[in-house]
Amino acid sequence: MLKESEIKIGDTHTATLVEDLKRTQIVQYAGASGDYNPLHTDEIFTTQVAGYPSVFAHGMLSMGLTGTMLTDYVGDGALTKYGVRFTNQVWPGDTLTSTATIIDIREQDGERVVDLQIETTNQNDVAVITGNATAKIES
Amino acid sequence: MAIDKFLVEASHIMMFARSVGDANPIYHDEEYAKKTHVGRIIAPPTFAQSSAQFDPNYFLRPKIGGEGWFGSGKEASGAKPSSGSGESGGGGAAMGLHAEQHFEYHLPVKAGDVLSATTKPGNTWEKESKRAGKLKFSESVTEYRNQDGELVITATGVGVQTERAVDS
Repeated sequence: MLKESEIKIGDTHTATLVEDLKRTQIVQYAGASGDYNPLHTDEIFTTQVAGYPSVFAHGMLSMGLTGTMLTDYVGDGALTKYGVRFTNQVWPGDTLTSTATIIDIREQDGERVVDLQIETTNQNDVAVITGNATAKIES
Repeated sequence: MAIDKFLVEASHIMMFARSVGDANPIYHDEEYAKKTHVGRIIAPPTFAQSSAQFDPNYFLRPKIGGEGWFGSGKEASGAKPSSGSGESGGGGAAMGLHAEQHFEYHLPVKAGDVLSATTKPGNTWEKESKRAGKLKFSESVTEYRNQDGELVITATGVGVQTERAVDS
């Protein structure tokens, strides 16, 4: 867990989430999550029937990858809130980098918490996820 | 959509954590987890999404002996997607593309928990987009409760139906 004495508003934490995203990792996520939508795993269906240039990642895979960065930063079982908007699709071959920025340190239900702004971008510096999270901290 | 029994199992958590690139031992090593303040293998923050596995009617999973599947086989597309509940996991995938997802964590979800989930529709709204034409947004709110009836996660998903395919 983050310690209040060691953080301040404006602090950031950045991590590379995935380099050169493989179709197999998207398949792995489909299997684990149970979302077998062929748009994510079936190149033939997705290009020939649905009209996309290739399969693309589940939004929830991007959110899950971003969540890894987040829990690595705030610690286990510390999150009280985590929400995102999916602003662009994530394609095989993408490299994703994510940053959490401390925007507030405050009290919530008698506990100290930190509010974070989150952004995950691809190799072209295009945001694929923007979001917010709140996590408990040690006072 | 309602899920009676969402069994939170350590092996499922391990596989889910692997798929989101998370090597944290709290998701696979019970001995390690015992020594932490949480004391058990816990679920990663987006794990509730995999409750879709426990929805018998989830329409984005091929069914055994079922009505066909719309992914490619001999042809580029098989059957039309079958109807059924598609709001599993609080997500909006069944309602087109997933636009937003929000989780509120009330209590930690631990390996061994047995959750239940109920989903109800939230707001709907429309927007014009240059990239994809008319966008129809709809929200669904899923409440996950544990074996003691305690609310553990509230998940709000926003799905969007687009007029045409979005290729960035």
